[in-house]
Amino acid sequence: MMSRTFNNTQPIYLQMIRRICRQVVRGELKAGDKLPSVREMAVQNGVNPNTVQRVYTELERLAIAETRRGLGSFITEDEERLKQLREDLKNEQIDTFIKDMSETGFSAEEIVEGVRQKLLITKAGRV
Amino acid sequence: MTEHIVSFSQVTKRYPGKLALNNVSFQLPRGRIIALVGPNGSGKSTILKLIAGLVRPSRGSVTVCGKKAGRRIAGEVAYLSELDALYPFFTVEETIKFNAGLFADFEHQKAQEILHFMHLEPDKKVRHLSKGNRGRLKILLTLSRRAPLLLLDEPLAGLDPLVRDSIIKSMISYLDLREQTVLMSTHEVSEVEPALDLVISLGNGQIKGMEEVEKIREQYGCSLVDWMKETLAK
Repeated sequence: MMSRTFNNTQPIYLQMIRRICRQVVRGELKAGDKLPSVREMAVQNGVNPNTVQRVYTELERLAIAETRRGLGSFITEDEERLKQLREDLKNEQIDTFIKDMSETGFSAEEIVEGVRQKLLITKAGRV
Repeated sequence: MTEHIVSFSQVTKRYPGKLALNNVSFQLPRGRIIALVGPNGSGKSTILKLIAGLVRPSRGSVTVCGKKAGRRIAGEVAYLSELDALYPFFTVEETIKFNAGLFADFEHQKAQEILHFMHLEPDKKVRHLSKGNRGRLKILLTLSRRAPLLLLDEPLAGLDPLVRDSIIKSMISYLDLREQTVLMSTHEVSEVEPALDLVISLGNGQIKGMEEVEKIREQYGCSLVDWMKETLAK
């Protein structure tokens, strides 16, 4: 398998946590799904096994994954927590977008209208 | 079991006409993949040779697993030389058997797994192997040992990108970081970066910096290459 690349300005463990969270939100990883073992994950991504261990520990701390002794790490079966994660990611993205747009000098009305127009065009384009 | 696997205390190494290391002190934690980076002649190979017990310090002391470095600790240290140290008249399989006979901690089963992983042909003579496959065979011989400390002197130097990738992958796959530590010298910094825990930057026989790779990204917001340039400019 190809190693995936990482950007240089963020710790790798954070980038990996982000990728896993996105996979969960997109539904590629579902509640109760088993995550690859630390070694498998390390080899797949071409990263240090200690880094993967840190990723799993952090995911557990965030209650997104849980480790079952001798069995490995699993995505939590707590649907509420996963719903919350979905909300959190959505808000995070929107906040970044709004901050960027405001700093570039766009008003709230312009932003809303711009997004509405764009979405309509995209939708029409798809049909 | 001592906390640190390697400890340098005020180590100076002088070769005729050259000061290779100048009063260097540092300690290495267990269970990590650690890179030694720095320009040619900065002292990387000298550090590895001192740990392996292949050369002695002119001043100061080097301890490995709590014992004084020297030929007696050869069983605890697996050393991959930057030189071509394979016998050309052996086949791949014979080379593996020869090494299994030399080292009590050599794991034949692991060697076979890595052989398969690397797509090496067991019956081929070493003299007929490409440079890339000789590089693969050398890392195979080192990774097949259960030694607590693996020293790799330029394992990626002069090899093509595919071979470098397979060597890094094999390291991640076959190391046991619960029991093993790796110290490697390299110039291929950005390629090996995701596989590292710690990095030590050397210049003119002195330590210019020692930092966790994730911290370099987090605190300095830069890649290892940037950090290296910065430390060496000091």
